[in-house]
Amino acid sequence: MKALKFIFTGILFGIIMTKSEAISWYRIQEMFRFQSFHMFGIIGTAVAIGIIGVSLIKKYKLKDIEGQFIVIPTKDKGWKRALLGGIIFGLGWALTGACPGPMFINVGAGYLVMLLVIFGAVLGTYIYGILKDKLPH
Amino acid sequence: MTIIEFLLAPWPWYFSGFLIACIMFILFFFGRTFGFSSNFRTICAACGAGKKTTFFDFEWKEQRWNLLFLVGSVIGGFLASHFLSDHAALRLSASTIAQLKEVGIAFDGGLNPAQIFSFDFMFSIRGFLILLLGGFLVGFGSRYAGGCTSGHAITGLSSLQTPSLIAVIGFFIGGLVMTFLILPILF
Repeated sequence: MKALKFIFTGILFGIIMTKSEAISWYRIQEMFRFQSFHMFGIIGTAVAIGIIGVSLIKKYKLKDIEGQFIVIPTKDKGWKRALLGGIIFGLGWALTGACPGPMFINVGAGYLVMLLVIFGAVLGTYIYGILKDKLPH
Repeated sequence: MTIIEFLLAPWPWYFSGFLIACIMFILFFFGRTFGFSSNFRTICAACGAGKKTTFFDFEWKEQRWNLLFLVGSVIGGFLASHFLSDHAALRLSASTIAQLKEVGIAFDGGLNPAQIFSFDFMFSIRGFLILLLGGFLVGFGSRYAGGCTSGHAITGLSSLQTPSLIAVIGFFIGGLVMTFLILPILF
């Protein structure tokens, strides 16, 4: 049951992302060309509802199923890593039309070529791990 | 429109956005956090990268839940495309179709262009390098930035964190440079 609930949540995520067409290379191109509201609407709605929900979680000190207070992890403060890493990520996002989740969801949707993109992403993560201490953060 | 028709058609942005926020809340409720790109680091660690590199030397088994979430998302992609689809062509805006045509990428009505996401392209030297490089940039960039779309754009912005706002601005700088400056050279 413990494992099943995460698989089940993942299945929901995969269905939502496919049905919203957020896993589409074409939709990502449309977003970066500012030619449709669709992707901005999806991300904007998620963030707007997210902001309300997170503030309610904090205000009412809500707990998770294990009885612990829900704590939203804080990101590292460095702006250099956020900006430089973000730019590198964006280059890859626009080229492959897929951020990490959609890469895998696309495999399920039958785009097996995404396996090579995934391999590239694992490799990129590995190289980052090696170079980490030499990069500005 | 019946519920079945609604579910089979592409979902509107407000419905999708609402549900994505729900995924984040469900994971919070399970005592976890929404961040998909962490899986790449976990995969590196599970393959033994921690022996040589300290960045991968962590209790990756605690991240097993996220790998299960990953497996689920693959199944979800399969289910949605096979059983929850009306198989209609993607309704991409006419201006995007026209601009992509100028770049040399045809619109074929699918989610992704077969021109890029096909074995023919992958087994060409140029195609292999483009797909590998694209993935590499996403993997390297997301770990460098400390998160991807789920961790920074959704979770980070929802909790009003400045580094996430900077990262999302970075996503768009990189995306615009790729779209308007590099893509026309590559294709």
